[in-house]
Amino acid sequence: MNRRDFLRAATATAMAAPAFSFAGRLFAAPASAPRFLLVFLRGGYDCNNLLVPYASDFYYESRPTLAIARPDTGNVNSAIALDSHWGLNPVLRDSIYPLWQKRQVAFVPFAGTDDLSRSHFETQDNIESGEPSGQRSDFRSGFMARLSGQMSSVPSIAFTDALPLTFQGGTHDIPNISLRGNTKPVFDTRQAGILAGMYKDTSLASAASDGLELRQTVSKELQDEMMKANRGALNAKNFAAETQRIATMMRDQYRLGFVDVGGWDTHVNQGNVTGGLANNLSNLGKGLAAYADALGDEWNNTVVVVVSEFGRTFRENGNKGTDHGHGTVYWVLGGKVNGGRIAGEQVAINAQSLLQNRDYPVLTNYRDMLGGLLGRTWGLSGSQLQTVFPGARPRDLQLA
Amino acid sequence: MRVVLKSIFTSLRPSLATAALVLAIGPGMATARTPSPLSQDDVAWLRRDGFDLDTATVARYRDLGRSRFLDRQLDDRDGDAVPPQIASLIGSYEVVSTPTEQLLANLRDEQEKIKAMPDGDDKTAAKKAQQEHANLLLQQAQQIELLHAIYGPNQLKEQMVWFWLNHFSVYGAKGRVRWVAADYAQNAIRPHALGKFRDLVMATLQSPAMMEFLDNAQNAKGHVNENYARELMELHTLGVNSGYTQQDVQQLALILTGSGVAPLRERPMLERHPRVAAQFVHNGLFEFNPMRHDYSDKVLLGQKIKGSGFHEVEQAIDLITRQPACAQFISRKLAAYFVADDPPPALVAKMARTFQRTDGDIADVLRTMLESKELSTSYGKKFKDPMQFVVSSVRVAYDGKPIVNAKPLINWLNQLGEPVFGRLTPDGWPLDASGWSSSGQMAKRFEIAGAIGTGNNRLLTPEGLPRNGGDFPMLTTRLYYDTFDPYLSAPTRDALAKATSQQEWNTFLLSSPDFNYR
Repeated sequence: MNRRDFLRAATATAMAAPAFSFAGRLFAAPASAPRFLLVFLRGGYDCNNLLVPYASDFYYESRPTLAIARPDTGNVNSAIALDSHWGLNPVLRDSIYPLWQKRQVAFVPFAGTDDLSRSHFETQDNIESGEPSGQRSDFRSGFMARLSGQMSSVPSIAFTDALPLTFQGGTHDIPNISLRGNTKPVFDTRQAGILAGMYKDTSLASAASDGLELRQTVSKELQDEMMKANRGALNAKNFAAETQRIATMMRDQYRLGFVDVGGWDTHVNQGNVTGGLANNLSNLGKGLAAYADALGDEWNNTVVVVVSEFGRTFRENGNKGTDHGHGTVYWVLGGKVNGGRIAGEQVAINAQSLLQNRDYPVLTNYRDMLGGLLGRTWGLSGSQLQTVFPGARPRDLQLA
Repeated sequence: MRVVLKSIFTSLRPSLATAALVLAIGPGMATARTPSPLSQDDVAWLRRDGFDLDTATVARYRDLGRSRFLDRQLDDRDGDAVPPQIASLIGSYEVVSTPTEQLLANLRDEQEKIKAMPDGDDKTAAKKAQQEHANLLLQQAQQIELLHAIYGPNQLKEQMVWFWLNHFSVYGAKGRVRWVAADYAQNAIRPHALGKFRDLVMATLQSPAMMEFLDNAQNAKGHVNENYARELMELHTLGVNSGYTQQDVQQLALILTGSGVAPLRERPMLERHPRVAAQFVHNGLFEFNPMRHDYSDKVLLGQKIKGSGFHEVEQAIDLITRQPACAQFISRKLAAYFVADDPPPALVAKMARTFQRTDGDIADVLRTMLESKELSTSYGKKFKDPMQFVVSSVRVAYDGKPIVNAKPLINWLNQLGEPVFGRLTPDGWPLDASGWSSSGQMAKRFEIAGAIGTGNNRLLTPEGLPRNGGDFPMLTTRLYYDTFDPYLSAPTRDALAKATSQQEWNTFLLSSPDFNYR
């Protein structure tokens, strides 16, 4: 179904069943509104084996078994030089590196929070809330919900099973649906109609019908999409299959999205260019490249930010893995981002520059960075940004 | 007609049989053949009083009448006994069969063993096994709470146990909470769920779960940690902006220095210091360690509290729980759970007066609420949170029949985003509709209604075995016709009429606004 057909169908649905507010809301976004997708890597990924500080001898001393070799054209397993200090894990050669060459991806090292608990859950919550650590005034309010509230014409969606904290506490409904597994709806159209009909006289009328209808629509949309691609898998077995589905949803209907990817807590045998972490990075890279590809021209009107709650210990531990750390590397991608560069404040990497002799310090706070980026993307005012990130000092890293 | 009536008489108790005989010879004889439906007011009241209805609850209510039914609940005379099969399921859990002290001692021994192991695969495997074991213990604690909620005879008490678990929320994945979560529910919360609020606060204060979760176990003279002191006033007793100051938080933190979890080893050093030993307080796994306590004099909420050891804590909790702000805060939260998201101020004020008059007697405050006219004007408008939804669905669908596997209950609460012991922040889960009624949450709720209504779940399949085939519950029962059916809204009645199978009918009923609002 192309966009025009879909519009027509949606209008017809809206006329036939005015109680279904979902269809009406679908196209509230101006076609030109930018898209933003936040990808949350849950578990604290090891940024030091993504963005390799190959100019640092200390890196090679600290990681006798995990380090990735210095760039060497004769060695496919060596880091891909991005500049004179930083290299990319070669598992991303065919996915992310082409985007780098097109200047469509930037990395922000030494990024993160001021939460020093090094606890997964606390720090994830901290980021999702977007409030200053230790001063959270509302435990139920997430920054993406507040962002969504600032832009009533920007439809938002979480591609997750449960509504994540970052989308909670908003002023309007934010749907959630996981596109990871089987997207065949539990109810057929007749059953969905009956279920929604029961709520028609209640204040949950639109929530009930929207939730059911989203499942029907998603299923139909994705089936069309999959038939087109001559690919019939009902389960998205890898992130690329999932991001293609997400792209289908974000292309026409949504502007603000959230998805999370787990499995980054690599305390043991994490490997370097092979092994668990390499597989995860490869899967992530392919997913993001597939997302860019699936959006087509709209990739030019899209920003993706990849974050994680913290980085890991700079030195490898006794189990050929790494433990919970602090500063990490964020990724910023998009057709028109100011990429092909390592952005934000940096320090030379040696034992002295580590935080508590353990991990990366944070020189770019996520609230300041995202505030600056989102402000630029949507032209938000200072006071709007203060609602999204209270007390933040938005910093424009000229990323978008 | 006579014959039919006679057979009913024999099953009735004499006093009721007399009443039925009077009816039988009057014009109402048709209704006397079977117990008539409960009145709309009775149904609505009873649905608030418990996690919705089952046959046993309705029978007890008919038997006793509202007043005696409520008296028994508030006096805690119904006990906590669950059906024998459920009791043996719970009894099979390690977290029940092993004393908490032993669990913690085992943990300590394991940790020491792991620490001493050389780095390598064995150590890694041992660490992983320890985490898996901890997760299992937490799941058992979650299952126990759910099974009590479903099968407990005193449904008002069961709601209160969950309410207080949520009010004094602890997060399972922090520190050693997974090892002590079941102990927390059973020994800190349950015994005081209907008692004096002050005793409940003291029980949570002396629980290893709370001491670990809010870091008071680390709070010591010279290393003050304010976390628990702050939440004790902000979230547990007085409420934010109720008048206490940062100075009060700091003073309470000093009062709480030395309160923590008992170490699991003997400390012969103490015997050499009899004066210090006399100041020690031990209560199960709780310990007040005078060596860690700041003995300076304090001022809390304008009252002087002389440095005296653990007695300071008792004085402080007396002082805090007797503040008018505490009566107001707790009353409002109770009313927000049972009556309305934004409860009528007049009702809250009435409950707060009872709270103050009775020195924080929870049962008396509940009575004020459950006998109020404000309650009856709120019927049908309170949206069930996921815990209410899951527990009440299983109660109505299985109606006392014992399930054999409680894992699906945990999965459903995870999917709906409200797991027991799963709230990371100390504020507990939201109690209002807006926290649980986004479009995605509604769709997920319907899907779980379907999983229960169609029997497409593993509630009747023992853990680890292949799933039993095709059983689905029957929801068109006497219970249904006596309680829900007479008062259904037209849209729900229409929907049920369109069902093409019993499974579908079940799913529609459990999904309906009539069931999801109470």
